[in-house]
Amino acid sequence: MELLYASCVGVLVSCGIFLLLRARTFPVVLGLTMISYAVNLFLFSSGRLTINKAVVLGTGADYADPLPQALVLTAIVIGFAMTAFVVILAIRGRADLGSDHVDGSPVKSAAVVKEQK
Amino acid sequence: MIQHLASLPILLPMLAAVILLLPPCGKSVKIRRYASNAMALITFAVSVFLLMHIYNTGISVYAIGDWSAPFGIVLVADNLSTLLVALTSFLGLGAILYGSAGDDEKGSFYHPLVHFLVLGVNGAFLTGDLFNLFVFFEVLLIASYALLMHGGDKQNTRAALQYVILNLVGSSVFLIGLGVLYGVLGTLNIADMAQKVSQLDGDDVFIAKAGGLLLLIVFALKGALLPLHLWLPNTYASAKPVVAALFAIMTKVGVYAMLRVYTVIFGEQAGALEHMVQPWLWGLAIATIIVGAMGAIAAQDLRKLTANLVLVSVGTLVALVALQNVNATAALLYYLVHSTLVSAALFLLADLIAKQRGKVADRLVGGRAVKQPLLLGACFVVAALTVVGMPPLSGFVGKIWILKSTLNSEQALVFWPVYLITSFALLVALSRAGTSLFWERKDKRSESPDCADANPLQVTVIIGLLACSPLLVIFGGPISEYMVGAATQLHDISGGINAVLKGGM
Repeated sequence: MELLYASCVGVLVSCGIFLLLRARTFPVVLGLTMISYAVNLFLFSSGRLTINKAVVLGTGADYADPLPQALVLTAIVIGFAMTAFVVILAIRGRADLGSDHVDGSPVKSAAVVKEQK
Repeated sequence: MIQHLASLPILLPMLAAVILLLPPCGKSVKIRRYASNAMALITFAVSVFLLMHIYNTGISVYAIGDWSAPFGIVLVADNLSTLLVALTSFLGLGAILYGSAGDDEKGSFYHPLVHFLVLGVNGAFLTGDLFNLFVFFEVLLIASYALLMHGGDKQNTRAALQYVILNLVGSSVFLIGLGVLYGVLGTLNIADMAQKVSQLDGDDVFIAKAGGLLLLIVFALKGALLPLHLWLPNTYASAKPVVAALFAIMTKVGVYAMLRVYTVIFGEQAGALEHMVQPWLWGLAIATIIVGAMGAIAAQDLRKLTANLVLVSVGTLVALVALQNVNATAALLYYLVHSTLVSAALFLLADLIAKQRGKVADRLVGGRAVKQPLLLGACFVVAALTVVGMPPLSGFVGKIWILKSTLNSEQALVFWPVYLITSFALLVALSRAGTSLFWERKDKRSESPDCADANPLQVTVIIGLLACSPLLVIFGGPISEYMVGAATQLHDISGGINAVLKGGM
C-alpha cells in the first residue's frame, strides 16, 4: 500500500510540475490543481497509513491520528478558494493582455509568422 | 477581558472588514472612510496597549477555544510578536489614511481588503502554531492578490498573475514541509516542535532536515531572498503605491517566520539539527544584498528603485537571522522597524512625485518640475538619508548596530565590505534619482502647470512615517533596550517552551 500511495503522490507531483512549467495559463492552473491534490494526499499520509484503527475515542485500543485529516480539510478549502481565484485571474488576464500566456507576451509560432508574411 | 487582549489584533481587523462590507459603510464613501479610519485607529491603539501590557507582564499565551497547547492552537504574544503587530497596525492605519484621500475609490473594496491584510499579517506574527501560520499566510496572500489588482491596468494583471501562481506553488511547498515535519515530530506547535526536535534519532533527523529546508524555500519566497526574489520588483512597482507601501511589511513576515522557525525550532537546542540553515541563509542573504544594490542602480523609476531597496533590506535582515545571537537579533528588530517605515514612506512619496510630474511620472529622467519642490524635496532628502544610513537618522543607528553586532564573528570579513559598499551604491543611486527628479529639466518653459497641490492628508501620512525615523533615534535608549529584551526572550528557548506549554491560561 505504501508503494502504491507514494508513487501516486510522486506521479501527481511530477505531472503537476510539468504542467506548471508550460507557458499558458490553463495548463498552469491544471498543474497547480494536481500539485494540491498530491499535497493533500501527502498531508494525509503524514499521520501514517494504517488500517483498522478506531476513529472515535473509546471504541478500540488504537486510534487513528485525527490531526492530518483536519489539516487536509483546511488545505482543501484553502486550495479550492485559491484555484477559483487564479482561474478568474487567468480569464481576466486573457481579456486584458490579449493572450493566455503567463508572461503576457506570446511567442509567435513559426506557422503564424509564415502566415503573416 | 485583559486575558483576551492577545486575540484582539486579529479579531478587530476582521470585525472592521466585515462592518465595512455591510450596508451603511458599503454604500456611502464618506461613512466608509470614517469607519475604516476609526477601526484602524482602534486596532493600532489596542496593538500598542498590548505591546505595553506584554512588556510589563511577560509572555502571554492565549489558547483559542481554551484548548491548551500542544493540542489546541495558541496565540503567543511576546515582545517580538507584539512589536511587529504594532508596526503592522501602524502601517495599516497609514495606508488607510493615505487611501482615504482618493486612491480607495479607484477600485472596489479597498478598505475591507486592507483590514483583511492587517488581520493576516497580525495573525502570522502572533500565532504559535506552524499550520496556523500557513492559514494566516493564505489570509494575507488572498487579500494581497486582490489589493495588487486594485485600480490596476493591463500591466498589473500580468504581475498579479505571476505573483499569484508563484505564491500558490509556495503554499503547496509549505504544506509538504509541514507534512514532513508533522510526520516525524507529531506536532505543529512551535514550542512543542522545539522540544521534540532534539530527541530525534536515526533517519528521522534527515527527514526533519528536509522538512525544515522545504520551509526555507517558502519563507525565502515570501521574504524575496535571492533565487526567489524575481517577483518582487515587478510586483511592487506595478501595484498602486499605497498598496506597495502596505506590502513593505509582507516581506518582513517571511523574515519573521525564518527568525521564529530557525531560532526556536532549529536553533541552539536542536541537537543534530542545530543551526542547520545558517550557511544557506548567510550566502543567500549576502547575494541578495548585492543583487538588490545592483537593481537599485539600474532602476529606471523611483518605485523600482524603492522595490530594490526593499530587497537590500531583506538581505540585511536575513544575514542577521543567520548570525543567531542576541545582539544580531536586536539589531535586526531595530533595522526591521526602521526599514519597513522608510520604504513605505518612499513608495508613497513616489506616488506624490509622479502625480506632480505629469507624463514622465516617477521615471528617473528630466521632465516637468514638481509643483511643491520644497515639501517633496525635503521629504525625499530625509527618506534617502534614512535609507542610506547617514547620521543623524535611524538608518545610521541601525547600520552602526548591525556592523557592531557582526564585528566579532568571523563573517565580518565578508559582511562589512559588502554592506558598506552597498550603502555607497545606494547613496549613488538615490542621489542620482533625486537629481533627475527635482533638478533636471528638459524644457525650461513647462514650469508646473495644471496639477493640484498634494492632498494634505497624504502629506501628513508621509511626514508621519518619516517622523518615526528621528523618533527612533531620540528615544533610541528605551527602544534599543526593548529590542534587546525581545531578542533575549526569543533566544531563551526553554523559557519560551515553558511559557507556551505550561503557562497557557
